[in-house]
Amino acid sequence: MLLHDTGLIYGRYLRQSLRSRFALLFGVLMPLLYLLFFGPLLTDLPLGGRGSSWQVLVPGLLLQLGLFGASFAGFSIIIENGQGVVERMRVTPVSRLALLLGRVLRDATVFGFQAVLLVLAALVMGLRAPLPGVLIGFAFVALLTVSLASLSYALAMKVRTPQEFGPTINALTMPSMLLSGLMLPMTLGPAWLDVLSHLMPFRYLVDAVRDAYVGSYATAHMLHGTLVAVAFTALAVTVGTRVFRTAGA
Amino acid sequence: MAIISTAGLSRTFATKRGPVEAVRGIDLTVREGEILGFLGPNGAGKTTTLRMLTTLLTPTGGAATVAGHDLATDPAGVRAACGYVAQSGGVDTQITVREELVTQGRLYRLSKARAAERAGELARDLGLTGLLDRKCGALSGGQRRRLDIAMALTHRPRVLFLDEPTTGLDPGSRADLWDLVRRLRDEHGTTVFLTTHYLDEADALSDRLVVADRGVIAAEGTPGALKLEYGGSLDASLQDTFLAITGRSAAPADAAPVAV
Ligand SMILES: Nc1ncnc2c1ncn2[C@@H]1O[C@H](COP(=O)(O)OP(=O)(O)OP(=O)(O)O)[C@@H](O)[C@H]1O
Ligand SMILES: [Mg+2]
Repeated sequence: MLLHDTGLIYGRYLRQSLRSRFALLFGVLMPLLYLLFFGPLLTDLPLGGRGSSWQVLVPGLLLQLGLFGASFAGFSIIIENGQGVVERMRVTPVSRLALLLGRVLRDATVFGFQAVLLVLAALVMGLRAPLPGVLIGFAFVALLTVSLASLSYALAMKVRTPQEFGPTINALTMPSMLLSGLMLPMTLGPAWLDVLSHLMPFRYLVDAVRDAYVGSYATAHMLHGTLVAVAFTALAVTVGTRVFRTAGA
Repeated sequence: MAIISTAGLSRTFATKRGPVEAVRGIDLTVREGEILGFLGPNGAGKTTTLRMLTTLLTPTGGAATVAGHDLATDPAGVRAACGYVAQSGGVDTQITVREELVTQGRLYRLSKARAAERAGELARDLGLTGLLDRKCGALSGGQRRRLDIAMALTHRPRVLFLDEPTTGLDPGSRADLWDLVRRLRDEHGTTVFLTTHYLDEADALSDRLVVADRGVIAAEGTPGALKLEYGGSLDASLQDTFLAITGRSAAPADAAPVAV
């Protein structure tokens, strides 16, 4: 039943995404602009890593895409709450977990698609990276999307108004982006900043994807990144499930 | 046999400005096949009661069974047995009527083919056939209300909860809805639990009335019995009866006179 229901909810919201093709493409605009206007600034800078500057920047942009995109996923459920759609579904026997998973998997699909577009654009700009590394990068984007979207939906079910939701998400995403070194490696900065950024879970994900993009798969970064990503996803989905299970959240 | 029975059902909302006791203890039994009119002034706790009985809201006190299923221990059983039309509806304005009806069927675990077939049946029953390929957002208020009701009937529920189903409907559509409610009861034995602010509607449609006020039941009985007891005679208007029960005159006594 969980599979049936998840498939059903996934289909419904995927069709919703496909109906707004403009929004689907617009999502890649921000990282694409970084790629076009920020990427070239880095080409000759010493970034401390191995490989080209693109192999440092593109992993960061991929996770940025997931971070900003998925964190705002909850907006859609606030609108649906206003229309009464969520309650209408909750009086049916549909699995509560499916109401979350169907949406979250839709988000993973949408951001996965956008991630592919971004990497294709980066290839044109000059990125060269091994295929397994690129695929590993997509897997991290998917995990990040699933976890952040779950938390975002959970928060949206709790706060219920866009006026509370928007500023909260903004206040959380901006420092997350800056502190996890999505744009430039944190190792370039002073030690205190580097230490601080290790408190940010996304830091481990970026380091792992950057390793993957230069073809190093058996590294401590990869291990830590994988553990953090999986643990964070498990935690986020648990929180989301809790909220979706309790009636009248 | 009671199809709904509640004992001390209550719900307090915790808000930033302190607790709000929306429902303070409702004891109620509804017989199978009964049409029950649930009345009460704005804020009496009608919607809150319905949301508890349909598992949307966890009661903070008391207990209830719906169609033999306990609200607290078997919410899935309750959901399978009841349909609910919320006061403000519940369809996505961007989606077509057909897609909403089919999805609803699928949520009630009908097969794809059966869900499509059921969407057609419901559209026919509620006069939506010509509108199936329209977006829900492009329906008139009355058409939208009929769609809400169609959605709730998808699985032929034994108990149907209707929260102000006829608000915003033209007289013709209201009469159609009354016919539908009576037909559901007569042909399928459906129990209908409906709230309304139209007293003529409550009078014409209900076998029994329950009047809630400030979160408790202030009176209950057949329209005739209530008129006799609170209105003074069988000829009393339900309006006067209602005001006598809720202890409120049409214009509050302390209100400043309205300049016209
Ligand atoms: N989520 C909530 N949080 C806080 N208070 C609430 C909430 N929902 C309802 N209330 C309060 O509970 C009381 C009962 O509300 P309810 O919606 O059940 O009334 P009602 O009888 O349906 O009224 P109406 O006829 O206006 O629809 C009201 O005072 C309302 O403000
Ligand atoms: Mg109400």
